[in-house]
Formats: sequence, structure tokens, C-alpha cells
Amino acid sequence: MEKRIAVAAPDQLAADRYGGLTVDAWRWIGTLALIAVAAALPFTLSKYHVFELTMVMIYAIAVLGLNILTGYNGQISLGHGGFFAAGAYTAAILMHRYGVPYWATVPPAGLICFVLGVLFGLPALRFEGPYLALVTLAMALATPQLLKYFDTWTGGQQGINLVKPVPAFGLDRDRWLYLLILVVLLAAIRIAANILHGRTGRALVAIRDHPIAAAAMGIDTARYKTLAFGTSTMFTGVAGALSAIVIGYVSPESYSLFLSVSFLVGSAIGGIATIGGAIVGGFFIQFVPNLANDVSDAAPWAIYGLVMLLFMYAMPHGVVGSLGPWLARLMQRIRPHRAATGQSDEEWEGRAS
Amino acid sequence: MTMKQTIMTGLFTAASLAIAAAPAFAAGQYGPGVSDTEIKIGNTMPYSGPASGYGAIGKSQASYFAMINDQGGINGRKINFISRDDGYSPPKTVEQVRKLVEEDQVLLLFQTLGTPPNLAIRGYLNDNKVPQLFVGSGADQWNDPKHYPWTMGWQPSYGAEARIYARYILKNLPDAKIAVLYQNDDFGKDYLNGLRAELGDKAGKMIGATQSYETTDPTVDSQVVALQASGANVLLTAAIPKFTTLAIRKVYDIGWRPTNFLNSVSTSVASVMKPAGTEKGVGIISAAYNKDPTDPQWQDTPEYKEWLAWMKKYNPSGNVADAFNVYGYVTAQTMIAVLKASGDNLTRENVMKQATGLHDLKLPMLLPGITISTSADDYAPIKQMQLQKFDGNTWKLFGEVISGN
Repeated sequence: MEKRIAVAAPDQLAADRYGGLTVDAWRWIGTLALIAVAAALPFTLSKYHVFELTMVMIYAIAVLGLNILTGYNGQISLGHGGFFAAGAYTAAILMHRYGVPYWATVPPAGLICFVLGVLFGLPALRFEGPYLALVTLAMALATPQLLKYFDTWTGGQQGINLVKPVPAFGLDRDRWLYLLILVVLLAAIRIAANILHGRTGRALVAIRDHPIAAAAMGIDTARYKTLAFGTSTMFTGVAGALSAIVIGYVSPESYSLFLSVSFLVGSAIGGIATIGGAIVGGFFIQFVPNLANDVSDAAPWAIYGLVMLLFMYAMPHGVVGSLGPWLARLMQRIRPHRAATGQSDEEWEGRAS
Repeated sequence: MTMKQTIMTGLFTAASLAIAAAPAFAAGQYGPGVSDTEIKIGNTMPYSGPASGYGAIGKSQASYFAMINDQGGINGRKINFISRDDGYSPPKTVEQVRKLVEEDQVLLLFQTLGTPPNLAIRGYLNDNKVPQLFVGSGADQWNDPKHYPWTMGWQPSYGAEARIYARYILKNLPDAKIAVLYQNDDFGKDYLNGLRAELGDKAGKMIGATQSYETTDPTVDSQVVALQASGANVLLTAAIPKFTTLAIRKVYDIGWRPTNFLNSVSTSVASVMKPAGTEKGVGIISAAYNKDPTDPQWQDTPEYKEWLAWMKKYNPSGNVADAFNVYGYVTAQTMIAVLKASGDNLTRENVMKQATGLHDLKLPMLLPGITISTSADDYAPIKQMQLQKFDGNTWKLFGEVISGN
């Protein structure tokens, strides 16, 4: 893997010092502090809130997978709920039928979803934009019925009840699962960053922005697009396996079309071509429907839609996609002994509206 | 369950009880969610999503508790009915039920709706010893006190209903050659298994042919034709409304006239019998346990008038022709009966004990002769049904109440 490239003038930026430390050092300190807070959080919250945050992280991993495909590679998928289900059922069947310990079901779930994604990605090469969206939509629609059809494996409509995972280190189950999934999330972010901030990432973006030019430059578009599909569904499949472990139950009703739509919404709200946006997306998927329900039980989905519209209006590139550049400009402005070179705020706001 | 898990679960329960009930234990009588003025009851319903039609049940239950509260509550305690939307999605049910138990601190869960949602929360509620009372599902598995002592069903199960048809057939149609059309999932198979169990040794001889369909099938024409070809003179249809309509029509159109039994899920005059063509459904037999609000024979009775008065005052947006509003009313009354029987000892243990000690409870909108009974090893409150025959306009009850136990 190639050395990652920074957004602007790396040599200059890295040389700048704030309070005696380089930007890179500050970034490391910030990241470590965030991880420390995330790891300490479950010990200050009730088990129920720990459980909620665990679900946020699971959705974040799933959305991260979708971001790789849709955000960075421009392939729209309305069917990631299907891969989420495939991951969940892989974990459930391995645990229930073969007595595999819960933690050991996650890698095979990722692997199987990678293979499924590659297989699905091959015919998907023939479809562009809205046509691919339709093909994947068909998959999302078919998922619950397929799960009912293969009932000797899936338990049919009644699904599969799973044994509750045994926590380690004397922790209670909710906090243990939270920490476990935090580790998976961090690993997922690290892997995604490695892929996306290197040569592969540039190839994916090039294919998204101008496929013909990308091909002319010698990028094997078919290979990259297929691999993007597989990697994306691998992430989402891992998330599905984790959800099966945390919820302790899988059934066809759990993986309706709405789940796939939720992933796309979370992806767009967080920032479709970002990594951090996936976490914002996870929060949105977990909390906004409940929030909407608290505001009005008569029309929760109208409230949900309204919140979505407000987000898209205020931050058309998603929360991270819009705030990121703003933060970068802020950093430039406070850079010592150097005039700001970024766009003015007026210009940026003009774009936002 | 491993030892470690047991300990963890025990610790969890102890901790949650300690937090929730520390002040209440001083009185020695209250579990979580109960005070001198209030009893908190939790519930999940699909108010949104594809199964949102069931939401009418939750609304009518809330309306019934509102009436009880207006009348002063139960022993001075008002019911605080917290009903949350799960969209019929099991992960959402798990989340909402955990919120109800851990954050809202409800005493018990009442009538959580749907088979998959209830399966998803059953382990959690039993681990934490929270009553999961009067589950809103007709699946066969809620009567399992040995494994799930905190989970209890309410309505007659699909299997019990099939046994009722089998008993009628054994008694009145001893020469029956039975054909079964069933949905190829647990719902349909519960009927088939119930029928086989009741026929016993005779099942092999009497059941001539079975055909299943998938909910994705466009029609059930070929299945119906195959069943007719088996030479059967009795047909049992265990299907959801859409396919029941198709089956009734096809059976009639090919000139087949078996004694036709229809599962009670698909007896709506408006959404099944009329679309099939009412003349094609004449003579079809089904079973019921609640009074049908559209049946003219009840409409002059005080029980119906009382129900109607409650509907008008407390549930004015509800449809008086909708059987779900009877279902919600009767289930809520069952809950009230258990809470009344618990007196001032409102712990989870005692509520469960009272729920398992119902004897011939009569409720006004249950069919005459049908009562609710439970015991420590009988977690199926309603076991009886009465047969009814379609006369081209409505369903007419006939015969006596039959138990499917």
C-alpha cells in the first residue's frame, strides 16, 4: 500500500506547528483521545444506552461498506440490507447448527458476503447508475421471501433464536459487546482508510468521476468495480453478523427493504464519500426514527422525512462531507504567519444553498 | 445456559430489581413500575410499516385503559400504558422492549404483537423474569411454561383451531377424505400438524392429499385442481386472506363442492368473502371465539351496547365494524382481571401467579360459553371456539363450543 496523501500541500502542512506539535501529532492525539472516550463511555451509561450505541456502531460499519461502493465508486446500491441479512444468517446458522462460538462467526460472514458481493458485482458491471439501483432494489425486495423459502436452513418465518454470547473479562454482556464491536469498527475504519486513501481509492474515485478517462489511464475498471462491490458487501456482512449476535435473533421480517433504504439515507446524511460520515449515519439510523416517534406518533415518518430534508438542505454533502471542508478552512485560517488561501465563507455558503 | 451466564443474568436481575424496587420493597408488595398511584405496562405494536393494520389493537387497548383510569383505576392505581411502535421488525422490538424494561421500568409486557417480534424478546424477558403476558400471536409455542415460565399466549393457537375442526370432522363426517391447502410456513404447518395430531391413527387414512403454496405464488389454481383430483370430500384451507379468496373462487369455479373449512384468520366478510363472490362461499365452515361486531344477533345485547358506548366515547376514530377493536377490548379486560386479582401484591412474581390462576373467566365480548382458564402448566388462556357457517351474507354460529385442548 502506498503512503497516503494529505489534502493540501503535505510538506508545508506537516511542518506547521501548533503549540509545539505538528499537525500529524495533533491528529494522533485527537484520534487516541476519541478512542479513549469511546472506550470509557459504556462505563458511564446505562446498559440500555450502551446497547443503543452498540447498534449505532453496527449500522456505522454497514454504512461504511455502502460508502466505499456508492460514495467512492459511484455504484448505487439499494440492496445492502440483503447483504446485511446474509451476514446475519451466516452467523446465526454457524452458531445455531454448528455450535461455532459467536466471535468466530464474524470472519466467515465477512468472507461469504465478500464472495456474494463479487458475484453480484460481475453482472452489475453492465448496469450504470439508476439501472444498478433497480437491480439491487430487486434484491432487497427478494431477501425476506428468499429467507422464508429456504426454511430448512433459515428457520422460515420464525427465524432462528440464538444463544446469548458469554462476555469476557468479567464484564456484563452489553458492555463487553460494545467494546468488542468498537474494536471491529476501528479496524473497519482503518482498513477502509488504507484502501481509500491509497492508489486503490484514487482508482475508485477516478472510475466514479470519469470512467472512460480512468480506463484510458490504464485502470482496470471491471476489476476495481467488482472488488469495490465485494469489499463493500464484506463490511456490511460483518455488520449483519454483529447485529445477529447482539440482537440474538434473526428472522425475515428483520431485513425488509426499509433497512436497505435506511443504509442509503444514513450514508447520504453522514457524507457519502467520507469515512467519518458512516458514524454520523449510524447515529441517524438508530436515533432519528425514535426521535420522530417521540415528536408525533401519528405521523412519525413525516417527521423523519422532514429531518432528512433539513439535513440535506443545510448540509448537501452530508454532515462530514460539509463540515469537513469547513474545518479544513478553519485550520488554514488559524495557521500562523500565513494568509488563508481557501474559499471564503460566502463562496462556500453560496454552494451550500 | 452456562454457569457463568446464569450468574451474570442473576446479577443483572438482582441489580435491576435493586435499583428499581429498592423503595418499593419497603412496602413489600411492589415490583418495578408500581407505586401507590400507578401501574406501568409496556407494549409494542406495528403502528407503522406493512403490518400497521394491527395498530388498531394497540389503540383500542389504550382506549380501554383510559376508561379504567377515568373510573378510578385499579385499587386507586392508574394504568400507565406505554405502547411503542416496532414496525413489526424484531430488532426494533428488542430495542423497544429493552427500553420499556430498563428505562421505563414497566411491571410487565402486555400483548406485544406478532410471532417474530415475540420470539425475539422471549429469551430476554424470561432471563430477566419479566412477565410477557397474553402474547398477540396464534403460533403454537406460547404455551411452554417449562421452558418459558414468564411467557403466556392468549388466543386459541392455530393448532388448537385445527384440532377443533378435526374433532368436528371425526364426529360428524366419519367418512371424510380430507384435502389440505396450506401456506408453506409455520403458520400453515401449525394447522396441518394440529389436524394430524387430533386425527391420530386415522390421519394417514383420512388425509388424502396436501398441497402447499408460497406467498409469492400468483395463484393456487394448480393446487386446488390437484386436491380435487385426489377425490377428497372435505377441504381445509389454512391460508392468509388473499389466497383464501383465490381458493374459494377456484374451488367453486371447477365445480368442486367439498365441505370446506376455512381458518379463522381469513373469514373477514369485507376482505375475503365478498371479493371471492359471496355466493361461492355459502356453506363454508370456520370457527370463532370473539363476538363479531357486525353480527346482527349481538347488536341488541347489553354486552354489545356497552362495547359500542366505550367505542364511541374512548375510541371514536376506531371502526365499529373492525374485529380488532373487539380483540383489543377483550385482551385489555383479561389484563385488568389479572391486575385486580393481584390486589396490592403487585410484584412480577405475583402477577404471573395470578395470570396462571384464571378460572372460567367470562368476558362480555367472548362468545357465550367460551371462558378463560389457565394453570401453572396450562399457558393457553382461550382454548375453545365455536363453529360458524357462512350463509352468503354473514357467519352464523352453530353447534356447541368445542375445546381444542
